[in-house]
Amino acid sequence: MDITIKADKFNLFYSDFQALNEINMDIYARTVTAFIGPSGCGKSTFLRSLNRMNDLIDGVRLEGLITLDGVDIYEPKTDVVALRKRVGMVFQKPNPFPMSIYDNIAYGPRIHGLKDKNRLNEMVEKSLMGAALWNEVKDRLNSPALRLSGGQQQRLCIARLLAVEPEVLLMDEPASALDPISTGKIEDLIAELKKDYTIIIVTHNMQQAARISDNLGFFLLGRLVEYGATEEVMTNPRQKETEDYLTGRFG
Amino acid sequence: MSSRRTKLSQRLAFALLWMAALITIGCLVLIVFYILREGLPSINWEFLTASPESMGRKGGIFPTIIGSLYLTVVSLIIAAPIGVGAAIYLTEYTREGWTTKIIRFGTETLAGVPSIIFGLFGFAFLVTFLHFGFSILSGAITLALMLLPTIIRTSEEAIKAVPESYREGSFALGATKWTTIAKVVIPAALPGIVTGLVLGAGRAIGETAAVWLTVGGALQIPISIMDSARPMTLHLYTLAAEGLSLPRAYATASVLIITIGIINTVANLLMTRFALRLRA
Repeated sequence: MDITIKADKFNLFYSDFQALNEINMDIYARTVTAFIGPSGCGKSTFLRSLNRMNDLIDGVRLEGLITLDGVDIYEPKTDVVALRKRVGMVFQKPNPFPMSIYDNIAYGPRIHGLKDKNRLNEMVEKSLMGAALWNEVKDRLNSPALRLSGGQQQRLCIARLLAVEPEVLLMDEPASALDPISTGKIEDLIAELKKDYTIIIVTHNMQQAARISDNLGFFLLGRLVEYGATEEVMTNPRQKETEDYLTGRFG
Repeated sequence: MSSRRTKLSQRLAFALLWMAALITIGCLVLIVFYILREGLPSINWEFLTASPESMGRKGGIFPTIIGSLYLTVVSLIIAAPIGVGAAIYLTEYTREGWTTKIIRFGTETLAGVPSIIFGLFGFAFLVTFLHFGFSILSGAITLALMLLPTIIRTSEEAIKAVPESYREGSFALGATKWTTIAKVVIPAALPGIVTGLVLGAGRAIGETAAVWLTVGGALQIPISIMDSARPMTLHLYTLAAEGLSLPRAYATASVLIITIGIINTVANLLMTRFALRLRA
């Protein structure tokens, strides 16, 4: 399988605190990779390193390498805007903009220069269909996005991301603020999306990781303790810490 | 025993706070009521649409209404972009440090300067040194300087109140910082920013001392920005202070109050509709 993202001895510090320690990881194209681990283990920090969202935080220092299709994303000449267009992100709490449903989806294409009305309409429809939201909102595209339910808002955020045609989708606990039915819809959606996209998801929910992911990484205290095929890690962990975590002995 | 005491102090606190609120609203109602009672009988169509005659003893106040609105609009046109721009700079482009401290200290100080000092500055620098003369322009620039602190402060608060998640969401779609500010942050902060501008408009239209020294007081309808004018406040001051006509001073005051009321109400309605369109 193709490797999309590769981390090589990646370290990250918040001022003096080392949040990530020697992370080595290959992430494969068109698979779902899940990160699990207790709170504060670095999984979200690592996720946010993959599209340089950590750049927004003061006092962050990095060592090592993260490459996307073989190119170092932390090179000085990297265009961060172009990187984030290729590697998009869905957040824990749905964050639609205070605009209409249509304008939310059209936001990305518009800021990247698309003006043609017909193309925009196509884009909006395609993205909402891709996020399995089209049928629920097609009659009220001009109503405020904030009037949607939490689960619909999260799918709207995924649709908004699809509209900029990224290659990698980063999801930071995308279902943790949602009810079980909405969570189920998001999980179905992820299974559908992995045909076209590389998906990396942080989750606190072990069953969810087992259901949706192909590969699983277990983080603990800033280290990647174990990484492999989900089934393998779940049923036959090689590290004692992984086993302890999976069996609920801590976490 | 102690529970009775806490209940008592609870009641006492409630009563005191209730009285404070009552006194505040009472004063406001009393002043507005008194002025309207004295002023409304003298207001008629001629008073609103005619020009003053014999220094304001007769005729109307039309030129002064135009003067007030003209001055307020121009001062906002000058102050709004500078104030909102400064607020964006302070909240989005700087980290808290000595530069922001100096700018904040400057604006706070500016807010505390008495308006007559602004007037004196406007007179010395704009009217005399720059040869703008007694004019709408001199007055509007002077007023704009006075409005800046309010506009900067309220805009800053409004921008800070925009959730960080909006910015993150925009960045994660590959938006630049400026795109994010222009397309997401400012629209979301707009109701708060406009509130600040309306507060500023109220202050501009009510200002007298600074205007007196910079706009002059000519009883004409100002057309050019270089024309002198007499806003309602100044006209009211002249009518009362020089004993020309007290009823007409009250009538002018009534029109002034009603104008401010209309500006506030319209701005409020617009903002509510705008907010409803975007929010749940």
